[in-house]
Amino acid sequence: MSGYTAVTEADLDAMLATIGVDSIDELFSSIPAGLRLGRELDLPDGLSESEVYAHLRDLAGKNVSAEDEVCFLGAGMYDHYVPAMIDMLLGRSEFLTPYTPYQPEVSQGGLQVMFEFQTAICELTGLDVSNASVYEGPSALAAAGYLAKLTNKRGRFVISHGVHPHAREALRTLSAGYGMAVDEVPLLDGVTDADAWAAAIDDTVSAVFVGQPNFLGAIEDVAALSAVARDHGALVVCSADPLSLGILEAPGEQGVDVCVGEGQSLGNRLDFGGPSFGFFAARSEHVRRMPGRIAGETVDADGRRGFVLTLQTREQHIRREKATSNICTAQALNALAGVVYLCWLGRRGLVELGELMVQRTAYARDLLGDVDGVEPIHSQPVVREFAVSLDVGGLDGVLRVLDRCAAEGLNPGYPLGRTYPEYGSGLLVAITEQRSRADIDRLAVVLGRAVAAERSERAAVGASA
Amino acid sequence: MAQETYPADLLYHAEHDWARLEGDVATLGITWHAQDALGEIVFFEPPTPGTQITQDEPYTEVESVKAVSDVIAPMSGEIIEVNGDLVDSPDALNEDPYGAGWLVKVRISDPSEQDALMDQAAYVASLA
Amino acid sequence: MSVQSAAGAYETAMQRDRAETIFMKGAPGRRAFVAPAIDVPVRPLDDLIPARLRRGREPRLPEVSEPELVRHYVNLSRRNFDLDSGFYPLGSCTMKHNPRLHERVAGLPGHARLHPFQEPARAQGALELMWNLERALSEIAGLPHVSLQPSAGSHGELAGVLLTRAYHDARGEQRTKVLTPDTAHGTNPATVTMAGYEVVKVGTNADGGVDIDDLRAKADTDVACLMLTNPSTLGLFDENIAEIAKIVHDVGATLYYDGANLNAVMGKSRPGDMGFDIVHFNLHKTFTQPHGGGGPGSGPIAVSDRVEPFLPHPVIVRTEPAETNGAGSGQAVFDLDHDRPQSIGRLRGFQGNYGCFVRSYAYICSLGAAGLRDVSEVAVLNANYLLAKLGKLGVLDLLTPAYGRVPQVGDGEQQNHSHHGADDADARRQWGCMHEFVLSGAPMKRELKIRTLDLAKRLLDHGVHPPTVYFPLVVEEALLIEPTETETRETLDRFAESIAEILREAREDPEIARGAPYTTPVRRLDEAAAARRPVLRESL
Repeated sequence: MSGYTAVTEADLDAMLATIGVDSIDELFSSIPAGLRLGRELDLPDGLSESEVYAHLRDLAGKNVSAEDEVCFLGAGMYDHYVPAMIDMLLGRSEFLTPYTPYQPEVSQGGLQVMFEFQTAICELTGLDVSNASVYEGPSALAAAGYLAKLTNKRGRFVISHGVHPHAREALRTLSAGYGMAVDEVPLLDGVTDADAWAAAIDDTVSAVFVGQPNFLGAIEDVAALSAVARDHGALVVCSADPLSLGILEAPGEQGVDVCVGEGQSLGNRLDFGGPSFGFFAARSEHVRRMPGRIAGETVDADGRRGFVLTLQTREQHIRREKATSNICTAQALNALAGVVYLCWLGRRGLVELGELMVQRTAYARDLLGDVDGVEPIHSQPVVREFAVSLDVGGLDGVLRVLDRCAAEGLNPGYPLGRTYPEYGSGLLVAITEQRSRADIDRLAVVLGRAVAAERSERAAVGASA
Repeated sequence: MAQETYPADLLYHAEHDWARLEGDVATLGITWHAQDALGEIVFFEPPTPGTQITQDEPYTEVESVKAVSDVIAPMSGEIIEVNGDLVDSPDALNEDPYGAGWLVKVRISDPSEQDALMDQAAYVASLA
Repeated sequence: MSVQSAAGAYETAMQRDRAETIFMKGAPGRRAFVAPAIDVPVRPLDDLIPARLRRGREPRLPEVSEPELVRHYVNLSRRNFDLDSGFYPLGSCTMKHNPRLHERVAGLPGHARLHPFQEPARAQGALELMWNLERALSEIAGLPHVSLQPSAGSHGELAGVLLTRAYHDARGEQRTKVLTPDTAHGTNPATVTMAGYEVVKVGTNADGGVDIDDLRAKADTDVACLMLTNPSTLGLFDENIAEIAKIVHDVGATLYYDGANLNAVMGKSRPGDMGFDIVHFNLHKTFTQPHGGGGPGSGPIAVSDRVEPFLPHPVIVRTEPAETNGAGSGQAVFDLDHDRPQSIGRLRGFQGNYGCFVRSYAYICSLGAAGLRDVSEVAVLNANYLLAKLGKLGVLDLLTPAYGRVPQVGDGEQQNHSHHGADDADARRQWGCMHEFVLSGAPMKRELKIRTLDLAKRLLDHGVHPPTVYFPLVVEEALLIEPTETETRETLDRFAESIAEILREAREDPEIARGAPYTTPVRRLDEAAAARRPVLRESL
C-alpha cells in the first residue's frame, strides 16, 4: 500500500462485507481468466519520497539547462524570466487540482481566468475572438487548417517555408487524414518570396500560413502576403510570437483571419518542450468553427455576473463526428501563467520588453557580424532572433562548435541545418531579456573562438589529407 | 415558454416539423414538441435562399445549449425566404414556434408530397 | 423556513463580491514589471524596424501593481472548487490525489529550464527519463513500443487513427470506416472524422458491452479500426473482448484502446494481451498529472510491432554501454531518432509534454509494480463499496444502476434493477462495476420531480464536486461516478449520505434542489443567455 491510498485491514474487511464479496479478486471476476495478468508488472519496486526525489534530481543533473549555461537557444521556445508570483499562483490547489469547469458555480475562478485570457489574446492579436487555449503552437496551426477546411471545403494549403518546421510538419501530419495537399513557398533573403507566394495561390487554396516573425527571426510583410490570399478567397493564418506583438503590428490589422501561436514565452517554463499552451484567435465570423473551450459571460439566478463554458455545440461531446475539433480541454494552467504574465508586464511593460529585445538583438547581430567566420544569413528587420552562417563546412561543423561552446558554459543557438538543409552552416541566435550585454559580449568571444578553432582544425585535417 | 399546442391548419412531419401551405408556398418550422425536447434554443443557422431542399432530408440546424438538432424538410422545394430575425432572437422558436418562430418559406416542387404528412390529429396521436 | 428563502435573505461574502476582471482594475501608470536597463547603445527604432511593420496601437493590457495582481488571482482562485479541498468523483476523469513531490521534482531547474533544442548529448537525463517512462508504459500496456508525443488523450486518439491509416496505406488498402460504440466518449467520433474516416456506431448489449452480433454485421474489409475502451464508459469490463478482437483482426482492422479507464486494470490485465494494437494513456488521469483546471494533459500511445514503423518522430533510442565505443563511461547513451521514413510525422512541436512525463514517472517510481496494482484494486474496491453503500441507504430505488447487477443486501429490502431481471438465488452478488459506475436518475425525475442536474447542483451545497452528469448519452439522466483509489472510506460514506439526504429533502420539497446551489460564489448560471448573445471578452 502506498501513502496515496487509505485502506487498512479493518477498512478492507468492512468494505468487502458491505459489497458482499470475500476478496478484492472477486471484484475482478468479470475479467476472463486468460486475460488476467497473473503476475506482478515487471517494474521496479516502489520507493520512498526521498528516494524518488533523489532519483529525479540525479536525472535533472544529467541535463544542461538554461540555469547551467548562458543560453541563446530559441527557435520556438525562449528562456524568458518567469516571475516568482506565477510559481506561487500555479501551485495553489485551487488552480492546480480542479478539472475542466463542468460545474460553473464552483469554477468561477478558472472560468474568469479563461475570459481574461481571451481578452488579452484578442488585444495582442487584434482579432475579435479567442478560445481558452489549445495544446501548443504547432498543433494550433494545424487546427487553424482544419477550421479553414470546414469553412471553404477547398483542397489545398499554402505555407511559407518560414513557418516553424514543427508547425509545417504538424500541419502535414494532421491534414493528411482529410486529404489536403500542402505546398510550401520558399524564402528569399530571409522572408517569404513574394513572387513565389503569389504564384502558388489561386482559387483552390483553402488557407495560407505565415510565421511572424518567421523561423529565421525575420519580420514578414504580413499585410502584403495576406492581401494576395484574400484576393483568392483563401483564409489567412498567421503564427505569431506573442511577445513580439508589443512591437509588431497586430495580425488582425493586417488582413489575418486566424492568428495562432506558441504561448510558452508568456510566463511558461521551457520544460524541454512542454507543457505550454497554444493560442487561437480569429475574426468573429469564424467563432462557430473554432476548436476548444470558450468561456463566455452571463448572469446567475440572482443577476450576478458570472462565466460559463459556451458555444459548446461546436465541441466533440455534443456534435461528436461533426465537431469542429476532437480537442477536449484547454491548457488552462499554462494559459493562466500566460495571462498573469501579460498583466505583470502590463500595457507599458510589454512594449518596453519588446524594445529591450530589439535593441539587444541589434547589438548582438552587429557584434557577431564582426566575428571572423560568422556571416548574416539575411538582413531583414528582426525582434529577438537572427540567423547567421558559420564558416565551418556544414551541420557537423556547427555541432562541433556547439560542443566547444558548451565546454565554456555557453549555448550559442540552434543549428539551422537540422531542419533547413539549405542553411547547413546556419545558427539561429535568440536574445531574451535574461541575456545581458555582458552575456552577448561573451557570446561573441566564445563563439568566435570556437569557430576559429573549428576552422583551424578543418584546415589541419584538409592539409594532412 | 409557450403552451403545448398543435394548430389544426398545419401539416406535420414525424420528425416534429410543420408546414403551412398557401398556394405553392409552404412556411416551415418545428413543433412545440421539438422545441420542448431541445430546451432553450440558442442558435439557428440560416440557410441560403435559393437552396433546394428535399422532403425527409435535413436543411438546417437549430441548437440548444447542450444539443444540436437537424431540421428535416417536410416537403421539397426551393427556399425563397429565411426568417432572419431568428439569428438575433432564437428564443422565438421556444416562445412562438408556429408564429414568430417560423424558419423558412419554400416554393414547393411537388404538392403531392403533402400526402405523406400528418394532420393535427394524427401527429398528436403519434406523440402519445 | 426553506433554504431558498433563507438564501434570498442572506448573501455570502463571496456572493457579495461581484466579478470584476483584471481589466477593470488598476490605473494608468501602475506596473508590476520593472524592465532590465537597456545596457546596449540605443538606436532609433525606425532604423531597426520600419514603422509600417510596427504596431499602431498598443494592446490594452491592464496596468496594475504586483500586490494588486496577486490579490486578484488569489481571490479568483478562491472561487474554484478543487481536489485538494474536497471529494471530486467526476466519472471518466480519474480525479486522484496529486502528490506535491511531483511539482517539486518537475520544478528542478535541470528539468524545468531545459531547452527542448538542447543537444541530446546535454539532455541525457531527460532522454533517460523518457526512455524509462516509455518502458514502464509499455509493460503496463502489454505492447512493445511507445511514443510520448501526443499532448492529450484526444491527441493520442488522433495519432492512433492516423497510425491506422498509415498501416493500411502501407499495405495498399483503402479503408473508409471506423467503428465506435454508441457509448463512446465524443472524442472518438470527432477524431475519426478529423482523420478522414466515416464513423459507424456499434450497439451496446444488455450487459453494457459491445453488441457482438451488431459488430459482426458491421465489421467488413472497409473497416479500418474499432475504437474501444475496456472497461467501457459504463464502468464494466467487456468479457467478450477476446472475441471482439478476433472479429476485428479477422477483417484486417486494428483495435484501438482508449485508455481513459486504465485506472481500473493497471497491473491486473493488459490491453496488449486483450488484443489491442494501439493504446493511448491519459497521464493526467491514471498517472496523476494535476488537471490544472482543464489542462495540461499528456496522451502517450503504445503500439504493437506491426504499427511501430509509423510512430510519430522523433523516437528515443538507447545505445547500450558495450556499443558506445571509447567513451569509457559504461553508461547507456540516449538520442532522438528523426530518420523514420514511414513515420506519420510530427503531431506537435518538440518531444511532447515533458513536464508531465517527469510527474508521471515520479509516480511510477513511487508506487512500483505492487503499488500500481494496488491503485487499480483500491479504485475498484472504492467504486464497488460506494455503489453498495448507496444501495444500503436505499438510494438505488431512485438512482438505478444503468447496467450490471445491483448489490443484494442482507435484509432483502433492495429491489433488483438489473436489465437482466432478477438475479439468481445466490444472494451474494459477484460484481457491480469496475472503477466507476453509471446511475440513471430517471426514476428520481419521475418520482421526486428533480433532475440529475438538480441533484448535482444540490451536491455543491454539500461541499462535494458532483459526478459527471448526462454522460454516457445512452443512459437517461446519467450520473457517472468515479471515486478513485485515493479517497477514504469515510469520504465515500459521507458522499453516499449526502446523496441520500438530498433525495430525502427533495421528497419533502423538490424546489430546494431545483433552486440549488445556494452557498457557492454564484448561483445557477444562465447558459442559454451566454450562448444566445456570446460575450467572449471584456469590453475595454
